[in-house]
Amino acid sequence: MLPDLDRLELPRALQHLLARGRTDDAVPLARRSFLKLAGAGGLALGAFPHLATAQSPGALKPTQQPSAFVQIAPNGEVTVAINRLEFGQGVQTGLPMILAEELDADWSLVRSRHGSNDPAYVDPLFGIHLTGGSNSIKNSFTQYRELGARARAMLLAAAAARWKVDVTSLRTEAGTVLGPDGRKLAYGELAEAAMALPVPEKVTLKDPKDFRIIGRPNARLDARAKSSGRQDFGIDVRLPGQLTAVVARPTVFGARLASVDDSAARAIKGVKAVLRVPLDRGAEGVAVVADGYWPALQGREALKLQWDTSAVEKVDSEKQLAQYRALAERPGSRKFDADMAPLTTAPRRLEAEFVFPYLAHAAMEPLNCTVALADGHAEVWTGSQCPGLDAAAVARVLGLEPGQVKVHVQMAGGGFGRRFAATSDFVVEACEIAKAARAAGLGVPVRTLWSREDDMKGGYYRPMHLHRARIGFDERGKVLAWDHVIVGQSITTGTVFGEFQVKNGIDATATEGMRGPYAVPMRLTVHHPVLNVPVLWWRSVGSTHTAFVMETLIDEIARSVNQDPVAYRLGLFGDKHPRHRAALQVAIDKSGYGKQRLPTGRAWGVAVHESFQSVVAYVVEASVKDGQPVLHRVTAGVHCNLVVNPRSVEAQVQGAAVMGLSMCLSGAAITLKDGVVEQSNFADYTVARITDMPAFEVHIVPSAAPPTGMGEPGLPPLAPAFANAIARLTGKPLRQLPFNLA
Amino acid sequence: MSALNVNGRDHTVDTDPGTPILWVLRDTLGMTGTKFGCGAAQCGACTVHLDGEAIRSCVTPLSAAEGRKITTIEATTDGADTVGAAVHAAWLKHDVAQCGYCQSGQIMSATAFLKSLPRGKQPTAAEIDAAMDGNICRCGTYARIRAAVADAARALA
Ligand code: FES
Ligand code: FES
Repeated sequence: MLPDLDRLELPRALQHLLARGRTDDAVPLARRSFLKLAGAGGLALGAFPHLATAQSPGALKPTQQPSAFVQIAPNGEVTVAINRLEFGQGVQTGLPMILAEELDADWSLVRSRHGSNDPAYVDPLFGIHLTGGSNSIKNSFTQYRELGARARAMLLAAAAARWKVDVTSLRTEAGTVLGPDGRKLAYGELAEAAMALPVPEKVTLKDPKDFRIIGRPNARLDARAKSSGRQDFGIDVRLPGQLTAVVARPTVFGARLASVDDSAARAIKGVKAVLRVPLDRGAEGVAVVADGYWPALQGREALKLQWDTSAVEKVDSEKQLAQYRALAERPGSRKFDADMAPLTTAPRRLEAEFVFPYLAHAAMEPLNCTVALADGHAEVWTGSQCPGLDAAAVARVLGLEPGQVKVHVQMAGGGFGRRFAATSDFVVEACEIAKAARAAGLGVPVRTLWSREDDMKGGYYRPMHLHRARIGFDERGKVLAWDHVIVGQSITTGTVFGEFQVKNGIDATATEGMRGPYAVPMRLTVHHPVLNVPVLWWRSVGSTHTAFVMETLIDEIARSVNQDPVAYRLGLFGDKHPRHRAALQVAIDKSGYGKQRLPTGRAWGVAVHESFQSVVAYVVEASVKDGQPVLHRVTAGVHCNLVVNPRSVEAQVQGAAVMGLSMCLSGAAITLKDGVVEQSNFADYTVARITDMPAFEVHIVPSAAPPTGMGEPGLPPLAPAFANAIARLTGKPLRQLPFNLA
Repeated sequence: MSALNVNGRDHTVDTDPGTPILWVLRDTLGMTGTKFGCGAAQCGACTVHLDGEAIRSCVTPLSAAEGRKITTIEATTDGADTVGAAVHAAWLKHDVAQCGYCQSGQIMSATAFLKSLPRGKQPTAAEIDAAMDGNICRCGTYARIRAAVADAARALA
């Protein structure tokens, strides 16, 4: 998902880009389209506020029409539109809870729906409709409170007018306006009159101590539909006449077609067209369009294709590792600096190399996008994390204005960052196919659907990384010098995000999480080799590797000077980092760490990490069975400030931890041989199953500060906590993901 | 023309008999509750019951359904099936779903498993895990799946 941005950086960068975009026609198309959207959103709100502003009541201009966000039906049903993609994180319940709180709605009557690429739904901080970076609740908390409060004020005004009484004599309760002498009007009876009234400029928000919906463990609004097969996802969109396309993509990224023999494919019953189409990143492919997925797939299998791979780079993971090692021999671009002289004189020294493979997001719903074209108009149905960016890309490919494109955001079966590529790759491909189909006389909507193999082999992976550390410390564990090199592809260089993510040649998404709360004298340098394997953010982004490196090394230093890893960390925090201390402490207390004796063969492991402004600490129990590491029990301590829905936080922590656990399991790696991705499905790309699931408890530190996000922060500390427990058992540190105990 | 029976209803479809049941359900009959996850019997998302037994519909051809009964998530959770209703209720009680995409398959596996137990038998934790191990949930809802299956078993006892 989105990297952990400096809270001021993106808005500033967007403003800067916006200013430039007005005069500078030389900026690439993608960027200009992005700017237009960003501009529209930003102007609609009047400014790019920074986070503090977004979180402080009354700071946002009330230009958003509450009607874009909340509709109240005559029967009292309140439908709240969410300006985010729901893909498992629970925002489809959390945002309505926030709005319903200030609206004083009857929660049992609250429903939810997705927004679109309409400018109303832009993120109030970023000025573009996006879902990522664990930002949804953090950035829209105040926005949704104010929307609810404004709608409530309008209902009150409508009731006052109807009863001809002073508005101050009225109150609200659970979807009803209560007047003097016991008079009552349900919101449903007032809605029409209320929505015709002007939107109030100023509203007062509730005192948090009066919250009755926020903070309550609430069931998901989509639980029933999702437990009965009745929830539609992007893949379930069915438009009249719709056809399905399956694409033959090159085996090596970026390759083009040398020859196509489609005679057998065309002969398959149900196949309507075989189309040569431009693909992502300059590649070419063949789309088989048919009246269903199966005939399209059969058609694809019947194609006889020859690829011209002569001009494209063929990455080979083994050679790549050697190349990364060679790069790590010399310092790269400098992120942090410190005096490294003590390295040679320090009484204790530690040298470590870490290797992290490419990882596929492998969301359960295979990628898909349905496109309907008409003259001067396009409609797209897809589970998108950035409909604004995608709409701009659609407009570009089809030669339309962004205003002529409608993106219907669909419920998505996971995403983890994959649905937020700066290239809008799968959306653009679907549009290219729909365009070619239309040119071939097929004037119907086309759904492009990826197979699981397409998804595994299709790139946009968490980049492979190599870390090297040389650390000098003293007998008490005081770090005297820490020299660190990171080698890995940059995610954002060359994309619209690079403008504000890359500084001095360093992509902030590669280094976030380094050093963290530990005030150690660190020299950190970075190499970003350029390879043709497409890379992307992957749930918790840089912290997927930096947390592992930091938390296992800190543990190793503690162990090597015979200090308790928890006491050692607390010592390093000193009186700073109260949220780290609180999260760690609650995990320690609830787990029984240091008090409870573990069965023989089991050991404790600990890690704590802040990402996306939330802190998660894990205390785990693990063992080694038949040469394989086993995770038995996890106790989580979480600090994410004020909690909107504790159930949702708990689910997010567990889910992120399971994804973190997946990274440790044998077979959790994407590798390339001679340019070809070696994995293809869940049989050779491991993800955690129920038998891998440890016992799990989540404890949240109470706080009243404005909420921070929880979509990602549960992931980073899991693998290092697990590794630290195993290292205690075996005496050997784990420095590779997936784990290798050999 | 092939005949098949889905949720008690007979259908005749003009679909190649080699087509996996998954795609007959989804693309031909428009029953999209059954999900596509891997297409290779590796994730469980497409699980349906064939004569009461859990199968992976993505690798089971239409021809295998000849003269047999297919049951899908839509019928299993519509309230008429006691075991399915207990599983559905437990899923709601524990708020199991996150993205929800795998959940049709999870519920179909859980229901077939509970139906396979002798009446009144309470499954052990290990038995529940073994029964559900073929169903991947990338959102990591496993803790709640465990709790919900155990709860449904208790409710049925
Ligand atoms: S889709 Fe059938 S098992 Fe995965
Ligand atoms: S709930 Fe998302 S894959 Fe299981």
